[in-house]
Amino acid sequence: MRTLFNKVLVDIAKKDKRIWMILADIGYGEIEPFRDAFPDRWFNCGVAEQNMTGVACGVAMEGNIAITYSIANFPTLRCLEQIRNDVCYHNANVKIVIIGGGLAYGPLGVSHQATEDIAIMRALPNMVVFCPCDFAEADAGVHAMIAHRGPFYYRCGYKKEPPVHKGKIAFQLGKAIQVRDGTDATIFFTGTIGNQVLPAAEALEKRGIHCRVVSLHTVKPIDRKAIVKAARETGAIITVEEHQLQGGLGSAVSEVLCDEGVMPKKFLRIGLPDVYVSKVGTHEWLLNEYGLSTPKIAASIRKLLQ
Amino acid sequence: MKKSENWVEDCNRLARTVRVHCLRMTHRGKSGHVGSMLSMAEILSVLYTRVLRVDPKRPKWAGRDRFVLSKGHGGCAVYAVLGELGFFPKRWFNGYYRDNGKLMGHISHHVPGVEFSTGSLGHGLPVAVGMALAARHAGKTHRVICLMSDGDCDEGSTWEAILFAAQHKLDNLTVIVDYNKVQALGYSKDVLDLEPFARKLEDCHWAVKEVDGHDVVALDEALSKLPFEQGKPSWLICHTVKGKGVSWMENTVSCHYGSVTDEELARALRELEVTQ
Repeated sequence: MRTLFNKVLVDIAKKDKRIWMILADIGYGEIEPFRDAFPDRWFNCGVAEQNMTGVACGVAMEGNIAITYSIANFPTLRCLEQIRNDVCYHNANVKIVIIGGGLAYGPLGVSHQATEDIAIMRALPNMVVFCPCDFAEADAGVHAMIAHRGPFYYRCGYKKEPPVHKGKIAFQLGKAIQVRDGTDATIFFTGTIGNQVLPAAEALEKRGIHCRVVSLHTVKPIDRKAIVKAARETGAIITVEEHQLQGGLGSAVSEVLCDEGVMPKKFLRIGLPDVYVSKVGTHEWLLNEYGLSTPKIAASIRKLLQ
Repeated sequence: MKKSENWVEDCNRLARTVRVHCLRMTHRGKSGHVGSMLSMAEILSVLYTRVLRVDPKRPKWAGRDRFVLSKGHGGCAVYAVLGELGFFPKRWFNGYYRDNGKLMGHISHHVPGVEFSTGSLGHGLPVAVGMALAARHAGKTHRVICLMSDGDCDEGSTWEAILFAAQHKLDNLTVIVDYNKVQALGYSKDVLDLEPFARKLEDCHWAVKEVDGHDVVALDEALSKLPFEQGKPSWLICHTVKGKGVSWMENTVSCHYGSVTDEELARALRELEVTQ
């Protein structure tokens, strides 16, 4: 997905001269096409994320679109105050792109696992929080990110994620996309964990449990109507996210349900527990260890709906 | 802007007026940081009357020089200048730091004439660097000037930006340091000694000058020839006195946070030879 992101960005930047890339010495093997095509709009700040974000904000204050880009937590947590005070407070046109949310860089360890990013980014006024699940959403999302005026958080996948959507999608920022329909429950997910969720729903189908599956690619602003509609129509709501449970997608969905006074008969949030990962393993292995693999998701939902 | 032949007198008068406004506003608002405001009065008066190309009638004019105050806690002094120059009505001073006022304690871009909001140190320079980078890319001739404090120079982000600005030879960028040598909890030399300050910056490939930051002629002289050196960002160290102009505040740590009592206001205004 990161390769696709960079390709789409370069394509857009050919026509849109406002687009700059401001880096912090990360992106080897991916960012070179932008650097080679637009060397005067591409800057590597060195290993200095605070300056990267401040410089991006200054560039954006002059009418440009500045993209900061790095992996996992580097462009968010190290420079969080720059994102808050400089970017969000001034509603500056800065786009913060991370590669590999959640446990993507699993064996590298906790420093490289972005597991609180959605909660933190969605707490910031003016910030859009976007997590594409596959190439279709990722492609549409880059266009939406550039078209949107203001701060934008883009949680990009790091590998060749398989498609979740079949064929073309009707994409709109802030609007949920239904992946499959069902009557017994609705599973909301955000980001590349959709690759585990959809097969889980298909496995449940074989056991006679009909799940609606909905991608909430935009966690903020969230699609309130889709959430309320799903709760009313299917009764049970499940959220799945590759992120800790506090403050993420499940929290956002439950806030909407409480605000709207729509109580689903059954409700379950699937995500990471309130701990730092202490186990060593690949992305796939860690997902399974923490209940986020297809079989573990299916088992949790079956238990809920029993 | 060099209209008046008596510009030195005018400049010093504006600096004194800034001090008076700051004392009155912080007294009324019961707010702190007055020492940090008093130390930069001459820097601001020279900047706004002799250096910066700005237009009170068009605060967002695209060709304006960009002035970023990184020591946002001194914002009251910038408000004082902007009000005096007519960027907004002076009656706004009454609402500084008060309920439903228009002027918040740390400098805010919601105030006409203010380029950027700061308040947490170490934010101004990276943003100013980005502005300078964008200006150069667009072929614009406006300058970017960032006013910083000693405390600003403790922050890692400031040094990240120092390295970057020199790497990219941003000679449309000027930093002015209000080097009053006092920070929140003590004297800078006892907290984090910046010396040898000028040499540090020279070693980082900045062009450096030092002046008495209360001497408007020296300030004007230094800032009239920017950049100090082609191909390098400029760094002007202004040796100043914290709390300058109010005898018992000068060079004290307490004037960083302390607010001004009724009695102190009256005494301070007498020292500044203000009759009412």
